[in-house]
Amino acid sequence: MVRLILQRLALTLVVLIGLSMLTFFVARIIPADPILLAAGPRASDAQIQQLRERYGYDRPLVEQYLRYMGDLLRGDLGTSVVLRRDVGPDLARYFPATLELVLAALGIGVVLGVPLGLIAAVYRDRLPDQLSRVFSLGMVSIPNFWLAIVLQLVLAFTLTILPFTGRFDRLLTPPTTITGVYLLDSLLTLNFTAFGTALRYLIAPAFCLSLGALATIARTVRADLLDVLGTDYIRTARAVGIPTSVLILKYALKNASLNTLTQVGLFFGYTLTGSVLVENIFSWPGIGNYAVSAALTKDFVPLMGVTLLTGFAIVVVNVLTDFLYLTLDPRIKYTS
Amino acid sequence: MVEALVDIRGLKLEFSGFDGVSHVLDGVDLTLQRGEILGIVGETGSGKTMTALSIAHLVPNGVLTGSVRFEGEEVLTKSGRALQQFRAKRLGMVFQDPTTNLNPVFTIGELLIDAVLVQKYGVPGWKLLTGGKWLNRKQRQQAREEAIALLDRVGIPDAAQRMGSYGHQLSGGQKQRVLIAIALAGDPDLLIADEPTTALDVAMQAQILRLIQELVRERHMSAIVITHDLGVVARICDRITVMYGGTVAESGTVRDIFEHPKHPYTRGLLDAIPTDQIERGELRGIAGAPPSFLNPPTGCRFHPRCPARLAHCHLHPPAVTEVSAGHEVACYLYTDERRA
Repeated sequence: MVRLILQRLALTLVVLIGLSMLTFFVARIIPADPILLAAGPRASDAQIQQLRERYGYDRPLVEQYLRYMGDLLRGDLGTSVVLRRDVGPDLARYFPATLELVLAALGIGVVLGVPLGLIAAVYRDRLPDQLSRVFSLGMVSIPNFWLAIVLQLVLAFTLTILPFTGRFDRLLTPPTTITGVYLLDSLLTLNFTAFGTALRYLIAPAFCLSLGALATIARTVRADLLDVLGTDYIRTARAVGIPTSVLILKYALKNASLNTLTQVGLFFGYTLTGSVLVENIFSWPGIGNYAVSAALTKDFVPLMGVTLLTGFAIVVVNVLTDFLYLTLDPRIKYTS
Repeated sequence: MVEALVDIRGLKLEFSGFDGVSHVLDGVDLTLQRGEILGIVGETGSGKTMTALSIAHLVPNGVLTGSVRFEGEEVLTKSGRALQQFRAKRLGMVFQDPTTNLNPVFTIGELLIDAVLVQKYGVPGWKLLTGGKWLNRKQRQQAREEAIALLDRVGIPDAAQRMGSYGHQLSGGQKQRVLIAIALAGDPDLLIADEPTTALDVAMQAQILRLIQELVRERHMSAIVITHDLGVVARICDRITVMYGGTVAESGTVRDIFEHPKHPYTRGLLDAIPTDQIERGELRGIAGAPPSFLNPPTGCRFHPRCPARLAHCHLHPPAVTEVSAGHEVACYLYTDERRA
């Protein structure tokens, strides 16, 4: 088992190195110069040259890459030329916010999507199934930025039951930072007021972001459950008198959960990279907003950081789902 | 006359599809006495499985009419908890392919303990779902011991250790033994075995058949064994029902059927059994193909293939005639209408 984990991690490393090369060289092929932007329109040639040398932009590309990777190994993610700030602390500040949003969105997707698919499968071709189908289809069809604006209008503006934008009430102190995930931090410090506040700010953007996952999970669960409910072993269990509730929620659901798990793993990446629009509309201080502003100024060091961190998170989640397969299906064996 | 354990009268089953209505069962009558082992034989698609499934009210979304009585009580009107309790306490079913019939993601111990808890102790579903938290330890422990005893009885070596195994870790024969144990967990009155040995190799077939026969006798059960293998019925059954195209062609004791077959179809089946006297390449069959359910032949469903066909066989289905005590046949050769 330990060997297996190490093996997976080694593979992760290979993926990340490939990712870093790709991002680095693609970013530098683009004919744009962050130095010019950072130096400003009135900078002299000498000043520009000085800036270029200071950040090492005058070196050959390969050397720059090796230098970047060397710094990375020492935990230094480089410095943003435009912001004149180190990238590492910025990521540490913005990433937990995005992670919180993404995990909440996936949580909503699972908690609502699984029962929705379950009900659809149990009441196949009857009214609940049709309603679930219409709902799912609607959810994947609605662009999440549009829904975000509608939710803001209805919930925050008209009904005023939820806050408009942001991550936390400006007049209150956020929970003490431990992980940077507010919900978790407030629970760890037993600060329930902060928990409530964080939840109220989180709920609308997380719901908007969850739509795709929610609808897809509902449809996957329905299809897989119907497949499993038609198998011989379910008929056998029914024939020997196992109650329907046990048949569906235990005997069938565990068999049907593998594909759903795959979906959740894939949607983690999809949601993480797709959170930009929702973050923007809700002014969520996450990594998406950070990446967009960096991209607009051709500031590629923060972009590298965001890409590598996102890639790392996605790979980790995929390794985790691989291991979850083992606990769900005893027939799966990974040979090392 | 003693009340029969199972009494099926005029059972009809129709499926509607894109091509029209399939008449899968067309007026099946069948009686099973207590303590009897009944064999139902017939070709693929003769309706033998559907007849057996109807006893458990387990026929998939078709229109089922007629009557299935179990100890005089109508089964086809049962639903919900009454039906589940009936299946749990009175019936045990074993199916053809042990590999697809054993849930792959649970240990056989877990499946067997669930079966004991549901069938024997009548534990409701929500208690099982909470992982047995609401059950007292003694009951769980007792169920576990009974599960091990059952595994031991069906011939699984090292039963206690095997409780933690998954289906894919067992051989085909062992899987079928486990499924028999699950079927018998609630001491049912009737065991229905649908081609229990078809998917097994020949050596295993004999062992499983012997096991079923032993268990039925020692637990004073009755059994229905469905098969297309006449050798199987000859070995373990008391009575035989021969089905053809969704109807019962002939029924009687094993001796009646093997020594005095009446229906031309039964005779054809018996002729088709290879013997050690036949020459190479001389295997006999019945000419023609089984009937379509969408447009079944009128009259007697066997008449297009029948070597003894009479002029009026295609007009109406033949009535059932009792040729000797307990030996019934549905064929115009034995009715008074023969001369009509």
